[in-house]
Amino acid sequence: MSFISRGFRGKRRDATSSSRVPPGQYVVNDFPVLSAGPTPRVAVSEWTFVVEGEIDQPKKWTWDEFRKLPVEEVTKDIHCVTKWTKLDTLWKGVSVDTILDGVETAAEYVMAFSYGGYTTNLPLEDLTGGKAWVAYEFDGQPLHPEHGGPARLLVPHLYFWKSAKWVQGLRLVKEDQPGFWESNGYNMYGDPWREQRYWGD
Amino acid sequence: MTVQQSDLKLDGNAIGGLLREIFTMEMTTAESTCAGCHKVHAIGQVEVYMNAPGAVVRCPACGNVQMRIVKGGGRYWLDLSGIRCLEFST
Amino acid sequence: MARTAVLGRLNWQLGTVAELVQETSRVASLVLDVPEWPGHLAGQHVDVRLTADDGYQAERSYSIASAPEHPRLAITVERLDDGEVSPYLVGEVRKGDKVELRGPIGGYFVWRGDDHRPVLLVAGGSGVVPLMAMIRHRTAIKSTTPTRLLYSSRSEEDIIYKAELDALSAAGDGLTVAHCLTRKQPPGWRGYARRIDRPMLEEVAWPKAQNPIIFVCGPTPLVEGVAGHLVDLGYEAASIKTERFGPTGG
Repeated sequence: MSFISRGFRGKRRDATSSSRVPPGQYVVNDFPVLSAGPTPRVAVSEWTFVVEGEIDQPKKWTWDEFRKLPVEEVTKDIHCVTKWTKLDTLWKGVSVDTILDGVETAAEYVMAFSYGGYTTNLPLEDLTGGKAWVAYEFDGQPLHPEHGGPARLLVPHLYFWKSAKWVQGLRLVKEDQPGFWESNGYNMYGDPWREQRYWGD
Repeated sequence: MTVQQSDLKLDGNAIGGLLREIFTMEMTTAESTCAGCHKVHAIGQVEVYMNAPGAVVRCPACGNVQMRIVKGGGRYWLDLSGIRCLEFST
Repeated sequence: MARTAVLGRLNWQLGTVAELVQETSRVASLVLDVPEWPGHLAGQHVDVRLTADDGYQAERSYSIASAPEHPRLAITVERLDDGEVSPYLVGEVRKGDKVELRGPIGGYFVWRGDDHRPVLLVAGGSGVVPLMAMIRHRTAIKSTTPTRLLYSSRSEEDIIYKAELDALSAAGDGLTVAHCLTRKQPPGWRGYARRIDRPMLEEVAWPKAQNPIIFVCGPTPLVEGVAGHLVDLGYEAASIKTERFGPTGG
């Protein structure tokens, strides 16, 4: 092991809730902002959300229409591949089950895509059954652009790079194709409990 | 602390050390031709977003991703496909 | 075509803190003895790596403040209240402690002092650090290259290296310093009292005809604003070198 810096602790890391903390993670109290590019500025008047791809009839909502969908409030732990975990985060949004209600598809995979060009891939199964939301409120406030507002995907059981910020839509696809980070070293699936951070994990 | 969007944007100087690990050369003076807009910039001038699962390097003229660098699990993954050509002297 | 040096592997080394210098209430310089230090150019930086006893690591880049001629290596660090690394370096570190670092890094944002173009240095806050290395190098090589520093700080108490800059600019060897104090000015202040803007740059910058070389360093909005104004004023983009500091330098 390398040299130890006398007296260095780093950000406060709480190990007490260890059964909720996946391997290799530490708990933070703030909400780090990570970004691969400039923050997209999307006015809600222009915002739309679509479901397209392997679907007979693509679906599309404007902001007003989206806000009329049944809403859920959920409290979840989130885990970033850069090793921070944040417990008990409070979100409000629309379940992906609601979004996909009535959709018939042969597709087994989804590419989520965002304003600004970000993409991330997931199995359809990981977006359904009460496991995922399109969230527009965090901690009781409208989701701030630096955290993905107007709306982001929320898939807490996978590493948080799968919870695409500034989400614009879901493309239903037959084959799993790697998204932005998955094509450059990050794991196609990303289960924090099996520590699937990189290719081959 | 409210993080301004601009706060997260640095430049190629910030990844000087990381690029030295990979290239064994000082790279901030290397000149990259963007595969998107074909403009040329010194790596010291390109936009770098480091607060991410990896470093993302973007063309200051057109915003296209020029490089992605991920380091982890004992490996590097390097995508240079956004650079048409990288020029540096011997 | 700028030079790219073939340098080989960049190794982590240990520097020992020989001296701590409090520059302002939030800024301190760490003066280090680094036994295998290969030398550096003014404007380069080091990466500093801290390791906790459970193996957790944090890494940050800090510009070298000392001139290449100086026998010890100095870095100047601004303590950010919610930072992770800076409160350790400014606050916890003591004389005799060791700090892991690697460098020198950077070839783009350097001033060697071997060309005679007049120099304009524009600094925002702790962005003055690499520019101070350039000024100290200029003094060490007894250069009389016309050099102007335009340095923006929040208040007089926040000016880093103030006494040294006052002394150097009074030496009459071609260095002048113009300060902007953006938040608070002392009574009788006659320097600039606003953020750097285009008219200010027009007053301070060397005329285009003199083909100055320009270095801008500080927070991203300041750097981009200043570079943009300078381009609008007709300075060639290739003569303007920029280095952005982020708050993640915390």
